[in-house]
Amino acid sequence: MSDRPCVATTSLAGCFGCHMSFLDIDERIVELAEAIHLDRTPLTDIKQLHHCRIGLIEGGVGSEENLQVLQEFRARCEIVVAVGACAINGGIPALRNHFELRDCLREVYLEGMGVDDPQIPDDPELPRPLPRLRPIHELVKVDYSLPGCPPPAEAIWKLLQDLLAGREPVIPSELLRYD
Amino acid sequence: MNDQAFTIDDHPVPFRRGESIMEAALLAGIYIPHLCFHPLLEPHGSCRLCTVEVNGKPLPACTTPAAAGLEVTNDTEALNQQRRTLLQLLFAEGNHCCPSCEKSGHCELQAMGYWLKMLDSPFPYLFPRRALDASHPAVLLDRDRCIFCERCVRASRELDGKEVFALAGRGLNTRLIVNSPSGRLGDSDLEASDHAARICPTGALLVRGEGFRTPIGKRPFDGKSLSETCLQRAAALLKEGKESER
Amino acid sequence: MEKAGGSSPEEQVTGILRRHGTDPSLLLPILQEVQKRFHRVPPRLEDAIAAHLSLPRSHVEGVVDFYHFLSHERRGEYDILLSNCIIDRFHGQQAIQQRLARELDTPPGRVRGDGRVSIGETSCTGLCDQGPAALVNGRAVPALDEHRVTQMVSLVESGVPLERWPEAMFRVDDNVCQPGPLLKSGLTPGEALNAALGGGPENLLQQLEQSGLRGRGGAGFPTGMKWRLCREAAGEHYLICNADEGEPGTFKDRELLRLHAHALFEGMTLGAWITGAEKGFLYLRGEYRFLREALERILDERRDCGLLGESICGVNGFRFDITIRMGAGAYICGEESALLESLEGNRPRPRNRPPYPITSGFRGKPTLVNNVETFVAAAFVALYGSSWLTSIGTDASPGSKLISISGDCARPGIYEFPFGTSVEEILEACGADSPMGVQVGGPSGSYITPQEFHRRLAFEDLSTGGSFMVFGRERDLLEIVENFTAFFAHESCGFCTPCRVGTAMQNRLLKRIRNGEETGAEALELLRQLRETMIGASHCGLGKSASNPVFDMLEKEPRVLSARATSRGRVR
Repeated sequence: MSDRPCVATTSLAGCFGCHMSFLDIDERIVELAEAIHLDRTPLTDIKQLHHCRIGLIEGGVGSEENLQVLQEFRARCEIVVAVGACAINGGIPALRNHFELRDCLREVYLEGMGVDDPQIPDDPELPRPLPRLRPIHELVKVDYSLPGCPPPAEAIWKLLQDLLAGREPVIPSELLRYD
Repeated sequence: MNDQAFTIDDHPVPFRRGESIMEAALLAGIYIPHLCFHPLLEPHGSCRLCTVEVNGKPLPACTTPAAAGLEVTNDTEALNQQRRTLLQLLFAEGNHCCPSCEKSGHCELQAMGYWLKMLDSPFPYLFPRRALDASHPAVLLDRDRCIFCERCVRASRELDGKEVFALAGRGLNTRLIVNSPSGRLGDSDLEASDHAARICPTGALLVRGEGFRTPIGKRPFDGKSLSETCLQRAAALLKEGKESER
Repeated sequence: MEKAGGSSPEEQVTGILRRHGTDPSLLLPILQEVQKRFHRVPPRLEDAIAAHLSLPRSHVEGVVDFYHFLSHERRGEYDILLSNCIIDRFHGQQAIQQRLARELDTPPGRVRGDGRVSIGETSCTGLCDQGPAALVNGRAVPALDEHRVTQMVSLVESGVPLERWPEAMFRVDDNVCQPGPLLKSGLTPGEALNAALGGGPENLLQQLEQSGLRGRGGAGFPTGMKWRLCREAAGEHYLICNADEGEPGTFKDRELLRLHAHALFEGMTLGAWITGAEKGFLYLRGEYRFLREALERILDERRDCGLLGESICGVNGFRFDITIRMGAGAYICGEESALLESLEGNRPRPRNRPPYPITSGFRGKPTLVNNVETFVAAAFVALYGSSWLTSIGTDASPGSKLISISGDCARPGIYEFPFGTSVEEILEACGADSPMGVQVGGPSGSYITPQEFHRRLAFEDLSTGGSFMVFGRERDLLEIVENFTAFFAHESCGFCTPCRVGTAMQNRLLKRIRNGEETGAEALELLRQLRETMIGASHCGLGKSASNPVFDMLEKEPRVLSARATSRGRVR
């Protein structure tokens, strides 16, 4: 392993949109690749999380697996950043909090329109959903938040530049958005 | 009659008898953050965003009368931090999901977040379950986004001469209700052209058929800050009001 | 039950409405009667009520929905509400509640399938000296134990009407443990009035001013000055006695209203004489409904003796009468401007102040508002002169104070101490053996640790409306503070953001800490942030003081929190 700072990313109950926006930094990814070492992230498909300087979390916590991954990130990353609306406040997936989980499952797998072979999946491989979807700060300490759905690529770039340089990240007003 | 003045953050601000600190400030081009205040409505004092220090005492600018010699503190980090906390409380209290809201880009609550540079809310999100009312053909009532500022309540009473809305419940169970036999908006006498239908600072009341007309990037708060918009609106409406009073 | 009397609900409501007239300020008494008749306010009857009073329907709905003792959903024919005050908790309220729920087969918060009974909770009922206590259809039942629960269950199951329940079940002891000058004083009806009338109004005002009497509700505004300012305000006047004694752990007005009702009404009549008010209200908390009948009888007696009504004491043009109005389960109504809103039939939301009630109160008219203890003391000052008060107490706080003592002590009850008495002396008087601490002034007051037991009861040191809760060493401070935060969250009127959401968040955070879901450091930071915002931005005293118990705990016993909070797994 090099002595470059390690950065890990993950998508919990999210849509990978924040990761797509991350990739919108375009050719600067080369510059970034030279400055950091990418640890566990969907971009590299590395599954094992090592000690990291920065962990970027997309998505809220909707399942037992989400929670386990989040806790692992918190345990191994020096700086945890909530990236995007879902990590910060639950976002779209949190709309399910309007309903009981039981009712959601019934609607989706048993009684909803176009369901054939109605059954609620119970394969042990599948992560068990939690009763309510929760923003990540309610479960672990979050160091910084970067709002947006998704946050603009420029904002993600700026955040990483600041953190890697050891500065307090500052998001310029024109990059601050909640949608 | 502008022969009297007080100061806001050391700037002299003229005022006329009967004006609040808020009105005098806005007319002088000084922005004091606010959500429940609206230049056309009787002041209310519930959102508390406009809390300023008047001779060292915290008071809402919208309900406190201007008086000669007052020393008002407004734009300080401490007061803005307090405003940020109030906003964070509002965001955690309701279901404010900007990505799926058609008011996004037009929303004063959201724009206030930008103005105060709010990045998140550190509080536990409450995810309340509130009833949606889609019974009206032209106006949607999505209570998830209601912040209980009572702008619609007051606008209906004071500007429309109706009494379409009211608050019920108390504490966290406060809820916006509709004055109709069924309690549904569709059975009330609200019309889409009413002030009440269009005065909501959030997306709780939406006139149908108007969402997403303006492309992202061109919406009111994409380019302009809330303070600019509010100052322009207030200047226009308040001056108009003062003219008509003469 | 809705069919009782053979007439339809609509006809019954028409009867109620006809009796009350069309004054919209009578909305609350009308709704209370409807609730009593139907065990709820049926939404379909709200239209008739609204039309009769010329109010929007939504106004009626908004008012019903505000008060804890009114409901749109039907409550049981026997509606049992247990006091969840921390003192009642420590007296075993939860076990009693579970037992009731089990034996009546009624889960708390629900109405039994057959509509017979419902069980719920309510804020402090003012019976902490003889708890745990409950309200059954609004009627106080103290000293609940297993025997009483068994008795209640059988009365409910056999459908015995409340009026025929054994009187002993409703017996409230006075528990006056240590009377002082005020409790020991007495007057024959009219005595203070005649004394004052002889000297003239200016003399009475001077006596009050010289006595240094300050409002006993806790804020301590000089009474003489208030009466004078109100007298000087122009226009029609009103007078109100605030008997909405809602601060948990306070129950001394309960006994003043029983033992000193004449002195109270005499004090009110004196206030009317000074200010020129012709109409007075006693706003009595709903929990004290059991006092109402006796108070009405005393008012009648006073009318019969010419001490109320026309030409009081034979003085031409001295006209005054008192109406009792009941609260309906809302702590906020103890705040005087919310009380005024309640009296006017509105949602009891505290007003923007200034203007203050002395110039703009009930219906915008100058209104003199004092609490029970203040009016009683004023009557004795009128009778015995200012020295009655100045002979004891401290320079800044002359006189004595009634204290309601509850919790872990040998003799809970009502005590009267001269101002200046130390916490230590009070603890000794009530038989509290080295307690963990004392909550003075209720949840909105201060938590006093043994290191501060030398502090004194006085406006200049420990100012209190009269609640004094003693906590023994076996008690869990975190449980106490969580209970207090729940109280504020339940009682916040919801008008302003910092209080509506802040009180709820405080409670949520405290619960999370107790459940081990919250780290010390982060939770503390949030609680501090909340406190600053609630103090700095709240609309009224409720929001400004609702963080006091949390802050006291953080400042005075920080280990309580740090020991209970677990880590959220931060690396650094």
